[in-house]
Amino acid sequence: MSTKHPHDSGHKLIAGATGDWEVVIGLEVHAQVTSQAKLFSGASTRYGAEQNTQVSFVDAAMPGMLPVINSYCVEQAVRTGLGLKAKINTMSKFDRKNYFYPDLPQGYQISQFKYPIVGEGEVLVDLADGETVKVRIERLHLEQDAGKSIHDLHPNMSYVDLNRSGIALMEIVSMPDMRSSLEAAAYVRKLRAIVRYLGTCDGNMEQGSMRADVNVSVRRPGDPLGTRCEIKNVNSIRFISQAIEYEARRQIDIIEEGGVIKQQTRLFDSKTSTTHAMRSKEEAHDYRYFPDPDLLPLELDQAWIDAIKDSLPELPDEKKARFISDYGLSAYDAGVLVAEKDRAAFFEKVATGRDSKLASNWVTGEFFGALNKAGLSIAKTPISANQLGKLIDLISDKTVSGRIAKQVFEIMFESGGDPAQIIEENGLKQVTDLSAIESVIDKIIDAHPDKAEQVKEKPKMMGWFVGQVMQQTGGKANPQAVNQILKEKLGLN
Amino acid sequence: MTDNSDLTELTLAQARNGLHSKDFTARELTQSYLSAMDDADELNCFISKTPDQAYDMADEADARLIKGEGRPLEGVPLGVKDLFCTQGVLTSAGSHILDGFAPRYESTVTQHLWRDGAVMLGKLNMDEFAMGSSNENSYYGPVINPWRRSGDMAKLVPGGSSGGSAAAVAARLVAAATGTDTGGSIRQPAALTGIVGMKPTWGRCSRWGIVAFASSLDQAGPLTRSVRDAAILLTSMAGHDPMDSTSIDSPVPDFERAMTGEMRGLRVGIPKEYRVDGMSDEIDSYWRQGMDWCRAAGAEIVDISLPHTHYALPAYYIVAPAEASSNLARYDGVRYGLRVDGEDITDMYERTRAEGFGDEVKRRVLMGTYVLSAGYYDAYYLKAQKVRTLIANDFAQAFDRIDLILTPTVPDAAFGLGEKSEDPISMYLNDVFTVPVNLAGLPGLSLPVGLNAQGLPLGLQLIGKALDEETLFRAGGVLEEAAGFTTVPQRWWGDV
Repeated sequence: MSTKHPHDSGHKLIAGATGDWEVVIGLEVHAQVTSQAKLFSGASTRYGAEQNTQVSFVDAAMPGMLPVINSYCVEQAVRTGLGLKAKINTMSKFDRKNYFYPDLPQGYQISQFKYPIVGEGEVLVDLADGETVKVRIERLHLEQDAGKSIHDLHPNMSYVDLNRSGIALMEIVSMPDMRSSLEAAAYVRKLRAIVRYLGTCDGNMEQGSMRADVNVSVRRPGDPLGTRCEIKNVNSIRFISQAIEYEARRQIDIIEEGGVIKQQTRLFDSKTSTTHAMRSKEEAHDYRYFPDPDLLPLELDQAWIDAIKDSLPELPDEKKARFISDYGLSAYDAGVLVAEKDRAAFFEKVATGRDSKLASNWVTGEFFGALNKAGLSIAKTPISANQLGKLIDLISDKTVSGRIAKQVFEIMFESGGDPAQIIEENGLKQVTDLSAIESVIDKIIDAHPDKAEQVKEKPKMMGWFVGQVMQQTGGKANPQAVNQILKEKLGLN
Repeated sequence: MTDNSDLTELTLAQARNGLHSKDFTARELTQSYLSAMDDADELNCFISKTPDQAYDMADEADARLIKGEGRPLEGVPLGVKDLFCTQGVLTSAGSHILDGFAPRYESTVTQHLWRDGAVMLGKLNMDEFAMGSSNENSYYGPVINPWRRSGDMAKLVPGGSSGGSAAAVAARLVAAATGTDTGGSIRQPAALTGIVGMKPTWGRCSRWGIVAFASSLDQAGPLTRSVRDAAILLTSMAGHDPMDSTSIDSPVPDFERAMTGEMRGLRVGIPKEYRVDGMSDEIDSYWRQGMDWCRAAGAEIVDISLPHTHYALPAYYIVAPAEASSNLARYDGVRYGLRVDGEDITDMYERTRAEGFGDEVKRRVLMGTYVLSAGYYDAYYLKAQKVRTLIANDFAQAFDRIDLILTPTVPDAAFGLGEKSEDPISMYLNDVFTVPVNLAGLPGLSLPVGLNAQGLPLGLQLIGKALDEETLFRAGGVLEEAAGFTTVPQRWWGDV
């Protein structure tokens, strides 16, 4: 494993008309805390409920209502911080970020400005070429989500749904350590894997559980950082990549044409895959942050933090290392398997007590392939780990060949069932009875004496005989035995 | 007792005892107050009267009293400052912007009062969002002080912001009332109307369900006719509330029991910085008198210094407006209260807030927004917070060698309607002795000690250590006894 220094340049350069450019990316990821209740109220956080049915008096900012911190959300933030190998701050504070918007009932968002709950940490990001990049985490803080404005229900009015209002978010801020859209995408995937392993965020971007503000700037390799633009609220990994690609190119074009990048907040348009200006630095809000007087500083007990640390599950990096050492997997295969917690768990169930290489090939090959093709998540798999394991057992004990096993797998995937039973019912059992194979071979040689002669000159023609044997045995003959006997009978040894 | 109008002359403690010994019923007592209220509309103490609710609560109280199951405040009729959310009853905070707002919840403090059997007579007038020292900033019009200068018909202010509460207690329209105090809003009107006002330690009473002005300073407390009444009422109002993260988790003593009638061994601090320019000689003389009363009760008088007192008012007028500017952002016309339609959402906000807020509220929202703005935060808000720490330290150091502090409550007596309303600074100076107590989060009690030459009441203030309200009630009881202040405003309103 090679770890690239965050400030190495020359890794992924973009060619411009006047030379190469380096794109510099930092991400602020908003991850919804997995919790039954909101950050400062007892209202439910269930996704998809009817509008305005999960709103407490606090969430609607009724007069005289006060926030009370949900300690489980604090625990989740600490757990996430520990998963990011970050410093946990035993004292943090909540501040008010003041601005007017109809879906922000209080007229301020309770966030953490000066004293976040989690300080510096790091995420190791695996790239497809096997390289690993370290992305430093600047901070993680807790904050409230806003409600949702709905603009398409009335010709000249907007509606507000406060179900999201007050839901706990973790804002995870990276350092500007990414140098390509691929790295940024891989970082978000890794972050998502970590929070999913931890159970602190479900990572479902399509439900808005994770979204990112993407900071992009460009520079000549080795130059100081350029002026950045922030693309707000991008809600899929694909869009993050597209936004970066477009934005880097836009900035390069401006500079190469003699222009200057203005610091801006921009929006990504997923229909055109472009970004457009939302507001300039001069128009930026003055949020008038100040400590929320309704909440006391959050003080954490070190022993409590340590107890959470002790209860952390195995995280992707550790699991990957273990898969490599315990199962002898390649770094690539291990990386693919640990990218998602339930995939890794599925593999371990299949591999335990079996040939791990065979298990890995089957899980990452046939199995993931079939899932992808069917558009299924692993939670909806029609084949259980036990069933796949049994199939592998039947390969290992030579009940079926690898090729027949693929047929069995297809049947299992289509209609479910026990592999042994499927083999039995479909008569797919491998013929290992040597005399049976011999008699088939004898018949073929007797019927084709000319070919039996020719093969002595052209050994490649043995493939024709193998094909004939397989055809006549319905593919069930043990391939090694067929080869062995054919060679003997045709005198090819 | 046959003449029910006499029932309104009873203190809360006397009414409670009379109810328990069945001298009269809660319904009779409630009826007396409701009729006194109706006769005093000129004072404009009430924003909402709740007679139906009052009779229902009184009848329930009578049922319990008959069974001998009376609770601590069973059948005692109270007024509630209109800053406390009361379920199903208009809660206006004295503002146009909360038009028609009847909460679906009840504040913790008023829940405690009803839990203990009290009867709600109505919601009391106040300065809009508790911002003011004269009660002239109410959308519902000014409250008139039941006191007038001798031989002068001029209307005087009752002080503020709990002006309706103070005037109603002084005029015998309620047995006692709740108030809130952010910079003196209980103690100053109490002093100007000749009654007792108590601001407990910040965190002693839950702020849940009280419309917020400046969260780090706001605190609920009682306005009553006697120190004992204040002790009884606070015992019910106070208590830890998990719904308020700043509520103090400390047991509430029975404050009435703290009133031992002596001050033996207590050391009473006299801060030299409280002898300010413009303080009347009469106030000064009552202050000295107060020291003598303390000595006579066995206490020792100790000269102390609170060196940063001078900075309290400026610091307060940064911190309080800063918090208010944020706390009042929720009044945007979107979900409740007033909405004035506009061209678009921003226009709607602007029209709603322009029409919904009065001048003093707008002034403070502007100040608060300014002091929190980028580039000004450090110079104003941050510096004010540092001053606040210094002021708290002043008190903490003083309390190393004393048990309580004696000061005047206000530099002068009640002033005329409109006299200071054009000059916010002179209005703000009314709070010079009360504001430091809020900044330090300490308990303060104001009690009436006598009249000035014009026949208007004057008050002294006792300041205690955090969570040591008991010493204030103990000393307050002694000073009250010594002062023997029994004068009530001569009735000039209603059917005289």
